[in-house]
Amino acid sequence: MTVMEQRGAYRPTPPPAWQPRTDPAPLLPDAAPYRVLGTEAAAQADPGLLRRLYAQLVRGRRYNAQATALTKQGRLAVYPSSVGQEACEVAAALVLEDRDWLFPSYRDTLAVVARGVDPVQALTLLRGDWHTGYNPREHRVAPLCTPLATQLPHAVGLAHAARLKGDDVVALAMVGDGGTSEGDFHEALNFAAVWQAPVVFLVQNNGFAISVPLAKQTAAPSLAHKAVGYGMPGRLVDGNDAVAMYDVLSEAVRHARAGGGPTLVEAVTYRVEAHTNADDDKRYRTDAEVTAWREHDPIDLLEKELTARGLLDEDGIRAAREDAETLAADLRARMNQDPELDPMDLFAQVYAEPTPQLREQRAQLRAELEAEAEGTH
Amino acid sequence: MTTVALKPATMAQALTRAMRDAMAADPTVHVMGEDVGTLGGVFRVTDGLAKEFGEDRCTDTPLAEAGILGAAVGMAMYGLRPVVEMQFDAFAYPAFEQLISHVSRMRNRTRGAMPLPITVRVPYGGGIGGVEHHSDSSEAYYMATPGLHVVTPATVADAYGLLRAAIASDDPVVFLEPKRLYWSKDSWNPDEPSAVEPIGRAVVRRPGRSATLITYGPSLPVCLEAAEAEGWDLEVVDLRSLVPFDDETVCASVRRTGRALVVHESGGFGGPGGEIAARVMERCFHHLEAPVLRVAGFDIPYPPPMLERHHLPGVDRVLDAVGRLQWEAER
Repeated sequence: MTVMEQRGAYRPTPPPAWQPRTDPAPLLPDAAPYRVLGTEAAAQADPGLLRRLYAQLVRGRRYNAQATALTKQGRLAVYPSSVGQEACEVAAALVLEDRDWLFPSYRDTLAVVARGVDPVQALTLLRGDWHTGYNPREHRVAPLCTPLATQLPHAVGLAHAARLKGDDVVALAMVGDGGTSEGDFHEALNFAAVWQAPVVFLVQNNGFAISVPLAKQTAAPSLAHKAVGYGMPGRLVDGNDAVAMYDVLSEAVRHARAGGGPTLVEAVTYRVEAHTNADDDKRYRTDAEVTAWREHDPIDLLEKELTARGLLDEDGIRAAREDAETLAADLRARMNQDPELDPMDLFAQVYAEPTPQLREQRAQLRAELEAEAEGTH
Repeated sequence: MTTVALKPATMAQALTRAMRDAMAADPTVHVMGEDVGTLGGVFRVTDGLAKEFGEDRCTDTPLAEAGILGAAVGMAMYGLRPVVEMQFDAFAYPAFEQLISHVSRMRNRTRGAMPLPITVRVPYGGGIGGVEHHSDSSEAYYMATPGLHVVTPATVADAYGLLRAAIASDDPVVFLEPKRLYWSKDSWNPDEPSAVEPIGRAVVRRPGRSATLITYGPSLPVCLEAAEAEGWDLEVVDLRSLVPFDDETVCASVRRTGRALVVHESGGFGGPGGEIAARVMERCFHHLEAPVLRVAGFDIPYPPPMLERHHLPGVDRVLDAVGRLQWEAER
């Protein structure tokens, strides 16, 4: 056979191992954030749900204000405010069943409280008397997580374990826009999709990672688009529309519970206050930008809908505010008491049984404390 | 010591058997990592586990160490007992944040509500002709992290006994497997597994009177060989557990011999030997006839395989150091 004859017999073929995978089209997010309030769909929303969301939003806003006030009084070491993001926080907690798990980041104290954790215990980390103030198993709320996105693989592992056990448990994990740049975000989404783990990833895109705007964080069309690369659906939603948030997260939870695998939800919202009480947001954004977002306030949006439909009047608003005031007063009163500290706790639960070395160090601290007590009395 | 029932087994086989027995005894034990399923691991330490227990119990994960360990955290939170394989010492580094920021401190952070019974198996150390990134001695990093147990077997029987203990432990254990001992054989009968070894106890492998060689993992056979050299009567202590550290056994030996040498592959500067030497000095000062010396790997990036023999502490280097333990006064 001549060379030309060989060439004639040659038929280009695709690489043998290549097969078409998932069709990306159904995974793509909407072109614009999904909204309910201010659209025709709002009329279909359940009045009971609207009232419930409203009451929680008002409580959440008040809780934020009280916690920030406590930082000024020196009662909290630091508080990362979620003012403006209350709809995300509240919806994340309300869409879950009792048996489900919530994996919050450090800005998600509100979601933790809305889930039922004691408001003071939820602030233990930020007061600084311990790291986690609540028993995660009691409310199925993981510890507030500070290292960004590192809680996301935990949510995947837990959901995977539940599924292996045959329990229809869903894990909802919360992260910010900055956190989506972390490697753990990528690894968690990839694991979740490969394992088809029942997880909902909620990204609160509040515009900033401390001072760095989203444009310096990602070149993706939207954060929700990132889902497609993992083979899971991405949903883009107005994070200040509590009803839209509730709908989208509920749908994602249902999908996960039914065995459909994970969903990535990007909530478009805005951090109206500075990163924490220690931050100065004037250095990186304009008042005009903040004002524009204040006019798209989650409580106002819902209040307008409720009033328009005759589901809320002056008395209702007052009642919601009084309820929130009670929460704040309780928080204030309890946080104004000094926490009970026992230095010997430092050595408790480092291991199930303290090592010989820790036993020695514990004895050393005890002796120091005794000497201190003798010296002052 | 030997009976007819004993047959030789490798350390790798003992480790496999430990996981198999643990999985059979406890349905919450799950093995996970890169290539641990169908292939049985690159060192074949998980050989047969996926076949016997199914892929849900011995799982090939995506290639992402932080994700593997992070997922193991969540699995442990839900009541499972994950045994994670990191493929090589240097490939475990992406999992450091999970290990340090979560695995090591979850029990403490939650006041005991959420212990994490996770075993992280890490093949470590050199001497197998591995190219770059395949031969690190990473134990000092783990030792410096409170909340972790750090365990390393040096014998076939310990490989089984200590791994069973690690998996049974309610605390996270970094289980360092000396790669170059994977194929070491010993007369250990896998059908009559030895008792589970408690974590935290060192053992005197060879009694002697002139000096104590304190060592662990891959350096144990080196020390045992050195101890046979003529002219010395060396005691060899196998630490087995770096955290918790068995001061009692180590110091009892040093008080008997009056001289001590720490031997490990890990670099000397900031390595385990510094901590060990300081502990011995603090506790045995008046029994010491000479400063505690260290024989360690050089403080260099791990060398290429064709040069690694110059880096690894060998019998001669150990004996040279023994010779420097100030014997003049006695002569």
